[in-house]
Amino acid sequence: MKPRFNDVATVRSGLKNVNYLADDGIAGVVYLADRLGKPVLIEGPAGTGKTQLAKSVAELTGARLIRLQCYEGLDESKALYEWNYKKQLLRIQADKNSDSWSEVHDDIFSKEFLLTRPLLEAITSEDPVVLLIDEVDRVELETEALLLEILSEYQVSIPELGTITAKQIPLVFLTSNNTRELSEALKRRCLYLHVDYPDLEREKEIVLNKVPDISENLADQIARIVRSIRQLDLKKPPSVSETLDWARTLMLLGIETIDADEAKETLHILLKYQTDIAKAAKELSVTK
Amino acid sequence: MPVLDLMSGFIAELRNAGLPVSLTENLDAMEAVKVIPIEDREAFKYALGATLVKNNAHWRVFETIFEVYFSLRGPEYAITKDGQPDDFWREMQEQMDQVKGQGEGKGSGGGMDSLTPEEITAMLMRALMSGDQAMMRALAKQSVQRFAGMEPGRPVGGTYYLYRTLRNLDLDNMLQKLMDANREMSKQELTSLEERLEKDEFESRIEQFKQEIESEIRRRLVADRGAEAMAKTLRKPLPEDVEFMHASRDEMQSLKKALYPLTRKLAARLARKRRHGRKGPLDFRNTVRHSLSYGGVPADPKFRYPRPAKPELMVVADISGSVAAFARFTLMFVYAIQNQFSKVRSFVFIDGIDEVTKYFKSTEDIGEAINRVNTEADVVWVDGHSDYGHAFEVFWERYGKDITSKTTVLLLGDARNNYHAAQSWVVKEMAKRARHVYWLNPEPKSYWNTGDSIVGEYGAHTDGVFECRNLRQLEGFVENLT
Repeated sequence: MKPRFNDVATVRSGLKNVNYLADDGIAGVVYLADRLGKPVLIEGPAGTGKTQLAKSVAELTGARLIRLQCYEGLDESKALYEWNYKKQLLRIQADKNSDSWSEVHDDIFSKEFLLTRPLLEAITSEDPVVLLIDEVDRVELETEALLLEILSEYQVSIPELGTITAKQIPLVFLTSNNTRELSEALKRRCLYLHVDYPDLEREKEIVLNKVPDISENLADQIARIVRSIRQLDLKKPPSVSETLDWARTLMLLGIETIDADEAKETLHILLKYQTDIAKAAKELSVTK
Repeated sequence: MPVLDLMSGFIAELRNAGLPVSLTENLDAMEAVKVIPIEDREAFKYALGATLVKNNAHWRVFETIFEVYFSLRGPEYAITKDGQPDDFWREMQEQMDQVKGQGEGKGSGGGMDSLTPEEITAMLMRALMSGDQAMMRALAKQSVQRFAGMEPGRPVGGTYYLYRTLRNLDLDNMLQKLMDANREMSKQELTSLEERLEKDEFESRIEQFKQEIESEIRRRLVADRGAEAMAKTLRKPLPEDVEFMHASRDEMQSLKKALYPLTRKLAARLARKRRHGRKGPLDFRNTVRHSLSYGGVPADPKFRYPRPAKPELMVVADISGSVAAFARFTLMFVYAIQNQFSKVRSFVFIDGIDEVTKYFKSTEDIGEAINRVNTEADVVWVDGHSDYGHAFEVFWERYGKDITSKTTVLLLGDARNNYHAAQSWVVKEMAKRARHVYWLNPEPKSYWNTGDSIVGEYGAHTDGVFECRNLRQLEGFVENLT
């Protein structure tokens, strides 16, 4: 199959064109995922653009994004496939008199009666797709095993039908918020990417990119303050999306340069715990 | 092809350091290397990282080993005195001439070697001030050359050279100097917010410079001794394997960072376990009640789900110097998952004992509470040397009646009693009243009961004494506890 990208630099500039600022690590792993045909497991704190990466890659490659949102209690009838029982029943009743049993039996277990769910849909699709398995750490350890076949072989085995193999190898992204350790088997099949909070320069660029009409000076100040706040020992450090919210708020308030008071008054947009807000407010106003 | 040899050595070293690298991951890495040119070092590093390291906590260990094995090598890193001026140097000399021309008032004389340490410090300050990356890198190189005093073949670890270099550069006062200079330079008074932001910026630059020096030293050592020997001396334990009793300040930091996600995972796991417990016996009443809707046929059997009671916890911790770090971590750990217990009370002692539950109650911030425990708790009775006997006696007198059959008591410490009276009858009495009494000892098992350690004497009355030297062991113990 033809690779989608020529080198790491193309991935990076391509992602930039669809408004996603990748660093070397992110671009490198996306490139590798394409070349090796392996899924990518993305871990990192909430709100650092894990899901967005998959969306952006889909946009970049012009592929359809198929998303499987994971939750506790997800099972194969929701993730892989299900037989369309009602239709099967109708089929049986319709030819009650004419057909012999064996004919009906073969008939009701055919593709016509199969309801495809996201995973099966991703590999049977004719056009290019990006498969996003979101928050995979939410499913139980046992359910993870459902994913293994599709992740390593890009195929789904259905007992009544046989094995369905992929028509094209999709790019697969799995995201995890790290609320539990994923199984070794799953990790082994994936490339691992840890997306952390961006460094000062990148965060500033993200702010400049995503918030229209923001001045360079303000973006710089925002990025610096956010960095200082992240260094504190907080329950939940501000994420990139919260930084963006904050930048937008400041723009709405018409603030050009932030002083300590304004920062304190708008802290609740960056931080969501009262103890965190108190701590940050204290730190920002104290001179050392 | 030497890359192959290098790779197998590299992967062997990763495994030695404790990273679980499987055979398939090894093969993946080889595949990845095929499509990424080795010349692009950053991309190469991330490619190896993505295929070999599947846990972010292991990334730092990976980075160090990567640098040892794939660092740039060349004659310019040899530890010799006669430095051939390479590009960096020439560039630096030009910059230096500029600097001098600007008003140091000194004639442009000689190369880098003729600079006094003061001049180097001044240049460093300027580089840090402006955040000039190239200059910082060049200076790091130069300072290692000048101050580290590296000799070929000398079997000294990198830390020694690092220490020598940093001592000469006086980085500790650098921050203050930078801040002063910055204040002078700016025309109007800086607000406190701006000042704080500047400080953070300088701090991160200084940190960057330190890392620059560290990797420079490492590069030279690798050039001198070869990758394998270096990897061995640099080998650092993974965060979860760091011993509480011998952790350095840096390791403490990384331990603290590792602690929070660990507790979160543990809490999620425990909660799940509680919910998905095995099925209990048939609930006859409930089944009959539901059978009414099926015309009296018990079609839908109901079961009694076991709801294991959450234990009540009492933590009694020795916080004298040698085991303080361990006590601190255990307290943090226990309080981080306190909703897994119905009630947590904590006591700390050295030779006197004090209850510290209130510090944890009054604030949500565990770190702050721990600080208050260290500074405010009244734990010294006579001389501030551990006296388990007396502490236990007072504990029994004051709080002994609060121990019930629901209580689990955790005793933390190395049981080094300074040859005081043991009073082990207290532990025996505790064990009689409490559901369980456990002793956690941060010392390696082989040290137990040597010298003034009397953990055996206490341990005989408890339900078990556990070695708890690192986070991994602590986590394992707590998981079985609830």
